[in-house]
Amino acid sequence: MNGNWKLWRAQIAAIMRLEIRKSFLNRRGVVIYLLALMPVIIWVLHIFVMRARGRQCNFAEDTHMFAMIFQFFFVRLFIFFGCVAVFMNLFRGEVLQKSLHYYFLAPVRREVLLAGKFFAGLLAAVTIFGASVLLQIAALLGHFDSTTVSQYLYQSGGFGHIIGYLGVTLFACLGYGSVFLAMGMFFRNPLIPAAVVLIWEGISSILPATLQKITIIHYLQSLAPVPADPPKGAIPLQILVFVSDRTPAPVAALGLCVLTAAVLVVAAWRVRRMQIDYAAE
Amino acid sequence: MTGEIVFNDVSKFYGDVLGVNRVNLAIPQGITSLVGPNGSGKTTLMNLMTGLIQPTRGSIDVCGIRPDEPEKLFQVAGYCTQFDSFPKGLTGYQFIYSYLRLFGMTHADADRRTVAALERVNMAEAAPRKIAGYSKGMRQRIKLAQAIAHDPQILVLDEPLNGLDPLVRAETIALFRSYAREGRHVIVSTHILHEVDMISDQVILLNGGYILAEGQIKAVRDEIQEHPMQILIRCSRPQSLAAKLFESDYVVEARLHSDGAGLLVKTRTPERFYLALNTIALNGINIETVAPADDDANSVYEYLIGGEEPTR
Repeated sequence: MNGNWKLWRAQIAAIMRLEIRKSFLNRRGVVIYLLALMPVIIWVLHIFVMRARGRQCNFAEDTHMFAMIFQFFFVRLFIFFGCVAVFMNLFRGEVLQKSLHYYFLAPVRREVLLAGKFFAGLLAAVTIFGASVLLQIAALLGHFDSTTVSQYLYQSGGFGHIIGYLGVTLFACLGYGSVFLAMGMFFRNPLIPAAVVLIWEGISSILPATLQKITIIHYLQSLAPVPADPPKGAIPLQILVFVSDRTPAPVAALGLCVLTAAVLVVAAWRVRRMQIDYAAE
Repeated sequence: MTGEIVFNDVSKFYGDVLGVNRVNLAIPQGITSLVGPNGSGKTTLMNLMTGLIQPTRGSIDVCGIRPDEPEKLFQVAGYCTQFDSFPKGLTGYQFIYSYLRLFGMTHADADRRTVAALERVNMAEAAPRKIAGYSKGMRQRIKLAQAIAHDPQILVLDEPLNGLDPLVRAETIALFRSYAREGRHVIVSTHILHEVDMISDQVILLNGGYILAEGQIKAVRDEIQEHPMQILIRCSRPQSLAAKLFESDYVVEARLHSDGAGLLVKTRTPERFYLALNTIALNGINIETVAPADDDANSVYEYLIGGEEPTR
């Protein structure tokens, strides 16, 4: 058994080396980089506009705005579509390129292939979107004086918030990644089910509390280090970031891990039965 | 590797479309050619035995390994497919090397085997270039290198000689022969019938998803009863020989060869014919050579499959 684990680790590493090159360097990568840069651009524009108007940024307001942008735009849209681009193509892209059979002709268990591809996608997504989070935070903190920043980091739990945002990013990539990986294996045109998931996640705030618990965004919002509290009157935002009944963070984290594992088990069942029939595409 | 590749009542349907139907086969060591027109089921058989597709019905055993166990099968098998597509952005070297790393090999081992495989197909010089810039023949050779890089005991090759120039063709055929001599299984599909004669220890003829015949070409020919055996006799006086042969009842037809220096005879009882020929030879006609004229793949193909002719 030890020998098997050693072999599987080596095979997963070999698959990841191949896949990471594709994730980071192909044309799809440009879209993902743009998605990851969007919120950074929003922050840079915010600072630029405030300075152009000669107004001083308010730290409390900005950290609050950060929480809203993170939950409303970054997680719901940018990470969501980034994961669509990264994970949905791990198998589907290879079928369209007619190159999946090379993996199937290697002495690799299909489940190991799935794990290698998933970890490669996860590494790529977390690196890109994690870097985006750090750049956003750098942009947020960059235009305040060092006293305000150090007070935030060391006395107001700023480091905890940063780790929290990175954690939510990781869990978002885990949850959405596993779902889109599986969709890419089950559907010939996986964008349609992805649109259904987008709508389902989008309306989660207006769903009954029980139904909210079968959305990924509910758990991600429960894990967010700073609750998003939209300004009064901003009704669309209030609806979108409203969490009726926050799940405790450890339970939310465990729930997302269980969801990921369950989806990957289904995907493993599917990959074991996958056939190469490019002519049908 | 001992054992056979066994198809046990295997059928494969793509939706409503028949791939192969009720195939019962046992493929021994040596070179086995799959011969048949387009759509006859050659690639389907190869994809089935390598697990790229699964049978709708029946079971397959590849020398004791099930095709749905790639982790075991591809330790001993290599498959050069007909798909002319590659992972994007890789050089020839990277393509083979990264494939070998999937076996769990160390860098040094994968590198050594990659270099050896590339040299074996004369691709060492082109190895640092991107596959996207390769010619068809080079792409064919790099696929072949990938199939043989781990020194498999079972080699499955779908139209492996397509796009190769004559010199490389000859070298590739020599490579297959050397594998066969070592007791390996080499399964080749081809459209080119004269190559079937040249390389095959046995053939499997397919048409419309059905196996029409299998075995050594001569044995397959012998079983085709409805077509009399054709024998070409080179001799000094073909007209006299023809007259003598028509005295017997086992010659169906005899006609002069187009070059005037031989006689083409059709017989339904070749054993009796050869005996009679010995007697005739003793009676003054100088017979130079006697050789079957239709126990090659081309004739067998024509008799069994007929109209849809592959490349000769």
